[in-house]
Order: sequence, then C-alpha cells, then structure tokens
Amino acid sequence: MGMTITEKILAKASGRDKVTPGENIWLNVDVLMTHDVCGPPTIGIWKKEFGEKAKIWDKEKLVIFPDHYIFTANKHANRNVDILRDFAKEYQVDNYYDVGTERYKGVCHIALAEEGYNLPGTVLFGTDSHTCTSGAFGMFATGVGNTDAAFILGTGKIWEKVPESMKFTFHGKLPEYLTAKDLILQILGDITTDGATYRAMEFDGEAVFDLSMNERMTLTNMAIEAGGMNGIIAADAVTEAYVKERSAKPFEIFNSDKEAKYFSKYEYNVNDLEPLVAKPHSPDNRDKVRNVQGTKLTKCYIGSCTGGKLTDFQLAAPILFLGQEVKVPTFVVPASTEIAKQLEIETYKGISLKQIFENAGCFIAQSSCAACLGGPDDTVGRSIDHDVVISTTNRNFPGRMGSKKSSVYLASPLTVAASAVTGVITDPRDML
Amino acid sequence: MEKIIMGKAFVLGNNIDTDQIIPAEHLVYSLTDEEESKKYGHFALSSVPINESGLPNGGIPFIEGDNYTSEFNIIIGGSNFGCGSSREHAPFALMKAGVKAVIAESYARIFYRNSVDGGFVVPYEAGKINDRIKTGDELEINLENNTLKNLTTGEQFNLKPLGDVLPIIENGGLFEYARKTGMISF
Ligand code: SF4
Repeated sequence: MGMTITEKILAKASGRDKVTPGENIWLNVDVLMTHDVCGPPTIGIWKKEFGEKAKIWDKEKLVIFPDHYIFTANKHANRNVDILRDFAKEYQVDNYYDVGTERYKGVCHIALAEEGYNLPGTVLFGTDSHTCTSGAFGMFATGVGNTDAAFILGTGKIWEKVPESMKFTFHGKLPEYLTAKDLILQILGDITTDGATYRAMEFDGEAVFDLSMNERMTLTNMAIEAGGMNGIIAADAVTEAYVKERSAKPFEIFNSDKEAKYFSKYEYNVNDLEPLVAKPHSPDNRDKVRNVQGTKLTKCYIGSCTGGKLTDFQLAAPILFLGQEVKVPTFVVPASTEIAKQLEIETYKGISLKQIFENAGCFIAQSSCAACLGGPDDTVGRSIDHDVVISTTNRNFPGRMGSKKSSVYLASPLTVAASAVTGVITDPRDML
Repeated sequence: MEKIIMGKAFVLGNNIDTDQIIPAEHLVYSLTDEEESKKYGHFALSSVPINESGLPNGGIPFIEGDNYTSEFNIIIGGSNFGCGSSREHAPFALMKAGVKAVIAESYARIFYRNSVDGGFVVPYEAGKINDRIKTGDELEINLENNTLKNLTTGEQFNLKPLGDVLPIIENGGLFEYARKTGMISF
C-alpha cells in the first residue's frame, strides 16, 4: 500500500520504513521554534524538569522569534522578551532574532520561511498553532504546547499520532478576483472547524501549484482552523527555488503515492468559486461576499502570518490606488521586517506600495502579530467596543482581535482592500 | 492519580476556543510564580459570551467576583473543545481555577495534548452529554471503570477509555512518564 507525503516524512523522522495512521510514534525533530508568549514558560518547564544540568539538545535547531507582544508598554509582555534575551545569551542561542536590533524579523511563521529554516522533508515543531504554515514547503510542521516543547528542547524527540490524510484538489486557473484565502475559506465552510481534527490536510491541483510560496502559506496556515494537525503541499520547482535562495542545507522531496490512502478527498474547480468571507464568530461561518456586501465597517486590517505577506499587499495595492482613499481606519501590518522593506521597493504604476498605502490614508504599523490576537490594550489596530472589522487574519473567535463585543469578518486582501475604499463590505469584482 | 473525581458541573457549548478559555491579553503573566499565576485562574473562561456561560440557561460567571478559583471543577463541553491556539495557558488556567477534569464530545488536538502532557486536567471524551447535564449538578467521575455519574439526577454515562495516553495521565504528565519508562534519566 502506498503512503502519503505526511506518512513518508513521519516514517523518515521516526526511523521506520513505514507508518500507519493511528499509531503513536516518537519523532526526531529537525527544528523547534518558539516565541515570546510560549518561549518563557517553555524555558521554565525545561529548567524545572531537566534541573541544573539542563542542556539544549541541539542549539542549531532551536529558533526563537519574539513577535507577539512587541510594541507595547505592558511590563509583563516586555519581561517575556527579557527572559528570551537572557536565555539566548546564557545558552548562546544564535538563532535568536531580538527586537530592537537589525536582526528583528516579525511574525515567526513568515520569518521561518524567509530565514531558510523551512526545508522539504523535514519535521518542525513550534509553540504556536499556526506552525502548520511551514507545511507549504513539503515538510511536516505542527504546533505544540509548552510541556511538549520543553521536552523537545531537552531531548530532540516527541511523540505524535500518525494522522490520516485528507486531500483537497483545486483544478483550473485561479481567476484574478480569487486568492488562496478564498480557497481555504471554501474548505473551512465545507468541513467546519473540526473537520480535520488529528488529520493532515494535503493540498493539490494546478491552481495550488500555480501559487507563489507566499500564497501556498496562506492555505497551510489555516489548516489549524479546521483542526488539522498539519497542512502540506508537495515541494516542486517553485519551492526549490525559494529554499535554495535562502538555505544551503540539503533536503529531500517527498510525494504522495498514487495508491496512498486518504480519509477523504475533495475536488474543486476554481472557476466555480467566488470571493468569500468568514462571518463572526468562526472561521467556518462562510458566506459569499455578495451575500454580506454593504455591511457597514468601522475598521479594516491587512496583516498577520495569513494575510500580511508581500503578495497580500501586492493584491491590495492596486485597489487602494484606484480607490484613492480609505473610508474607515485601515491598518497595514507587514508580517516581517523583510516585507516592510519590500513595500518600499516594490511598485505599482511606478509608485511604491508603501506610498500607495500612505496616500490612501492607511496606518502602516511595525512588523509583529499586532492586533491579530488582540493583545495588550495599547496594541495597534486592536478592536474596541462594537467595532465591525474586516481582516485578512485567520481567526474571528469572540474577543480574538480585542473587544469581546466586536465582530470580525475574515476575507482575502482583495476583499479587504475593496471594502476599505468603500467603508462597507465590498466584492472585489466590483473594483477590478 | 485519583480514581474518583467529584465536583460540580460547569456546562458549555461547542467550539470553546482557547481565546475564550484564556484571552490572549492575559498570556503575559508568569506560569511559575505562585502568586502571579493565580491570575490565570481568575481569568479562566472569561471570554465565553455570558449567555453561553453555564448552560442550559447561561448567565453564570465561571469565576465569581475577585476569586481565583471556581466552585465548579468539572467542565462539560460540546464538540471541538479547546480549538484555536497552542497556548498551554488554557488547560493551565482551568487547573488553576480548580478544574480537575473536562468531559467533551471531542477536542482540538493541541489542547488535548497539553492537558495530558502537562498533567493539568483529565480530558475525557463522551458522546453528546452537554444537553443532559445542568450547570451546578453534582458529578462523580470514576477513572477505573470510565463512567460519569450525575448524582443530582442519578443518570449515568459511559466515558471513552483514555487509551494510549492513560499511562501519561497516570504518571502525571509527559516528563514523569518518560522518567518512569527510562526514556530520560534524571
Ligand atoms: S500573526 Fe496572528 S496567527 Fe500569526 S502567529 Fe501572530 S498571532 Fe498567531
């Protein structure tokens, strides 16, 4: 019997020829990633459990990005970054990207890709549920809590249940009004927020392999919104080109066997799909933009590991350029400092993206998670009171972006940009 | 490990995500400092919309006033309990509030793992029972024969055996388990 790409990677990482969904196996971890929210408690558990002699299993394989609560006066949040800084110094962790230095990167999942930590065929664990983002590189990547991370930190190993796989195939050529965000919202509406719990979500089809790495990451990023253990896209020439530009490390490309077994298979023709939103308060509360158009907004947000990548801004800029000025406060939050720099370099009709956003009256914030997860009171873009927000982020649970009373719609950068220039939810097809 | 867990039920609906269990703005507190970590108990389940807090009628705050712990120490949930972020602060917050066990129709993977590996709360699965138990009902969980008894109504439910993760739960968490089985030696 054949194996899926996920099964092949897990077999390799557990030193076996073969693994079967449902069995618990111990894996050798290639990279452990943590950040300012979960890093300090992970370090705390590691010190407590391994005692005086606590040793990092492999310093090269530990990567730390402060990114969540960065630009805030909150003293507890700042203390967390201090803990990371002291830890990195004491244990000489080279892969620490400190805030306030040239090395500061921004949102961990995007930084992992940019800094060359994502390698096809490898196994990455992170103390963040959206660690599944890295699966866009044909690797196994998933989120864990602090205890699991502390265990990995000391041993390089962790147990995992081999997941069954679900396959999502998108046929056809993506029309200009659709983005990867629409594709994943389509899936979420179909399978709901627990439709992939404990399973792998494999994305396939011409429309997927036509996507840039940035857009592929939008698909795998939101696998967790369906409860997925991991999202995965087989590596191809596009992946290889991206990886080789950023890493000299060897990697191995796996593909699913034709006779591999899937829990279920979904097939879509992208020409049948429409721009979508997830209505409050769940990422699976899908509807067509057409059905909610005209909904009055108080805020727009383009940012996060889901919707704050260069391609997201490249999609949004032409609409803001044409629409001239935003009608409601609109926040532009580049996920990483590299993307922030690219906004100054990349142009549309001879004008830099940054200039376009500024001319349109957007507020451009510093790279970090910012209001994607609400955060301390002084967080840029945080929802307040009964705000009605449309956002390119990934979650709209009650209170996720700040105020419990606010309502958040999730949508593609095209839809958010179109809505920003009208002040009401707007179908991007009306603007393109 | 205790073989019998007794306590009052706090009943919730489906898709109780980690932002509802412990809102992100509170994740800044220390989990190791005894005094400071009590705040996690205080803020546990504080983002559950009030009309869905304490079913069937809702309107019951999990934590009263300035308290750090709750009078309810068994949570009865629906499907996809603990979905959302990887924050281990979520089962930790429930433990700090005094919760001993959660019984839900199903769990999100990371919350389930964190509950088990951190040894915070016992995550049992059952069928849909959150419409058959009321907040405040006195419950008794028997971990030996995997049953739940509603002492208030006399009704009894079967729980899904803990299976593969039982040895980790019995040892009180991943580290203790690994020591016991010789995986780690310190
Ligand atoms: S941008 Fe949002 S979803 Fe992404 S890592 Fe940060 S908080 Fe999580």
